[in-house]
Amino acid sequence: MLWLDGIRVVEGDFTLSADMALRPGERIAVIGPSGAGKSTLLDVIAGFRAPQAGRVQWDGHDLTSVVPGKRPVGMLFQDNNLFPHLSVERNLALALRPGGGRLSEADHDHMALALHSVGLRGMGSRRPGALSGGQHSRAALARVLVQDRPVLLLDEPFAALGPALKVEMLDLVTQVAGAAKALVVLVTHDPADARRFAERVVLVADGVAFAPMDTTELFANPPEALRDYLG
Amino acid sequence: MARSAVSVNPVPVIAGLLVAGLTLGPVAAVIWRGAAWSALAPGDWHAIRFTLVQAVISAGLSVLFAVPVARALARRQFVGRGALVALLGAPFILPVIVAVLGLLAVFGQSGLVNTALRAMDLPEVTIYGLHGVVIAHVFFNLPLAVRMILQGWLAIPAERFRLAASMDLAGAQMFRVLELPMLGRIAPGAFAVIFVVCLSSFAIALTLGGGPKATTVELAIYQAMRFDFDLARASVLAVIQLGLALVAGLIALQVSTGAGFGAGQDRVVLRWDGGGFARIMDMVWIALVALFLLTPLLMVVLRGLPGLLTLGPSVWQAAGHSVLVALCSTLLCLIWALPLATRGGELLGIAGIAVSPLVLGTGLFLILRPYVNPLDHALVVTGVVNALISLPFALRILRPEADAVRRDYGRLGAALGLSGCAWARWVLVPRLRRPLGFAGGLTVALSMGDLGVIALFADPDHATLPLKVYELMGAYRMEGAAGAALLLLLLSLGLFWLFDRGGRVDAVA
Repeated sequence: MLWLDGIRVVEGDFTLSADMALRPGERIAVIGPSGAGKSTLLDVIAGFRAPQAGRVQWDGHDLTSVVPGKRPVGMLFQDNNLFPHLSVERNLALALRPGGGRLSEADHDHMALALHSVGLRGMGSRRPGALSGGQHSRAALARVLVQDRPVLLLDEPFAALGPALKVEMLDLVTQVAGAAKALVVLVTHDPADARRFAERVVLVADGVAFAPMDTTELFANPPEALRDYLG
Repeated sequence: MARSAVSVNPVPVIAGLLVAGLTLGPVAAVIWRGAAWSALAPGDWHAIRFTLVQAVISAGLSVLFAVPVARALARRQFVGRGALVALLGAPFILPVIVAVLGLLAVFGQSGLVNTALRAMDLPEVTIYGLHGVVIAHVFFNLPLAVRMILQGWLAIPAERFRLAASMDLAGAQMFRVLELPMLGRIAPGAFAVIFVVCLSSFAIALTLGGGPKATTVELAIYQAMRFDFDLARASVLAVIQLGLALVAGLIALQVSTGAGFGAGQDRVVLRWDGGGFARIMDMVWIALVALFLLTPLLMVVLRGLPGLLTLGPSVWQAAGHSVLVALCSTLLCLIWALPLATRGGELLGIAGIAVSPLVLGTGLFLILRPYVNPLDHALVVTGVVNALISLPFALRILRPEADAVRRDYGRLGAALGLSGCAWARWVLVPRLRRPLGFAGGLTVALSMGDLGVIALFADPDHATLPLKVYELMGAYRMEGAAGAALLLLLLSLGLFWLFDRGGRVDAVA
């Protein structure tokens, strides 16, 4: 269970508070107007931003003072998900061995499996620049897959893709995260993404990240903040 | 932040402490030792005055001549303009002793100018003393001034010139309205920067100055150490030099507009003025500056070629020392620069600019002397000091790029939990290859050409190539000196090219 317990982030006029529990293996969408703090919420979970108050807990362990790389969290950013001067394989190798150690036979199998599951078999030797936009997203997904973390944070990583490719990627995430039984938290500004992808939705508006609500119920019966956002 | 989830890396802290210790330690040593003002000799006050006078004249002339040259380069387009602008960057990596030999070949007793004057029965000029020091300083700093002022000129929006042309402003009016305000902004900064550079110039004063009339403070430090072995006096002089450089440096920081030795912009603003006479004058200025900069270099090559084939074993040994020291100090400088390529690190590195090599050398001498004979470790000390002196330039080149790498990939690296080593090996160094190559090239060339600390410490067995050239000159073996100087020039430029090239080949964007 991922607990956000009395989280409060303040920066100038900006505030965000969050209190919620997210279950292992479920798919969550975070929606809300831009600037409301969707990315901030993810940054708090990933450890890129220390909250002024409150704690982040995973399975009863307090993560609040743990550095990002040591948290049980994998993250896809909006961009710069791969080092462009390294081959896809070297990128995955760094994700597996962040200390730079040697790769074992099992590690190579692990990487090949990850590439296979995102549909990039045999493309490990390419540099990210030699991949198409869709392949690039798949390689980034393979990168978080080899990290094998129980929580997966997606900060609008597919925003630059066309609608069809985006749907394809969301389905792929659903599939591979399901196989890994990972909790997935997806930030999006597109309600259709939330409907398609998420079992529950966290609405971020007016300085509050509201506790997750069932997706169908939420859209059938939207609260005022959501109605304002949807227009 | 209440609790930071971002760990503190110890490597930059260690690197920073080392730099601070190696800079402040020697400074503290000379201040400690230099408290005895009575140790000053009467000639030392003269040295202070000469230092200031030559720096004012050198900076003034450099800026004065740079204005018409920069103006001409800004508004004329001609074959070889790009090469000339690139040449303006070359003095930075040119060994001082090589330039001095070239200037001697032009302005010296049997140089081109005096030969011509003799043929016309005109009085000869002398390059030794104030004249020579100023000529050499202008040779090195005129290009810097031209580049700084050229940038100012190119920064004037093209629309202003279009407006001026449509109003049919006369040349003088145009100068007053558009160009004079720009010069008022840029020129004081250029003057101040060059003044600081000339204040701490040692090798030029050593070779072309000297004697009671043309001794700078830096040269006086050297003489107190080498000839009189008067450590107390050397320390007082070092404190004075430190004070002068610090005050001048702070003033320069105040008035300079940050237009440093940036890349020369290769852009010509389309203009409609300056036909006729102005056009001829522009070409005359460009020809003069090209002649002034190129003739000495050409003379080094011409006079050095015969001697290049007959270099003695001691010259080759000195060349070996130089290459070894230069490579080691480059490695040390880059290893320092990588973790310090941050805002704080750059500020720390600037301290190295204020402290001159001779002051550092004197301080290190004082620190080492109780434990070892500093003269036995001349090459090590030279290597360390050269790395320290080059560090500000390396940081200036690396910092913006390192910031960009951290901005773009810092989060990814943190999300992966990359160790410091893995980050440096797989991300930072590969992404910084180009600036690392360029910074390494500058450092290796600066270190190859250094004639500062080595003169303070070295005995003939530990000479570097610049010192060897100086010794040959002192022994009036001019052919040998010219050959060794050409070798030095080739090695410096060659190593610069290798490093810079190494950063570019196969570099992935």
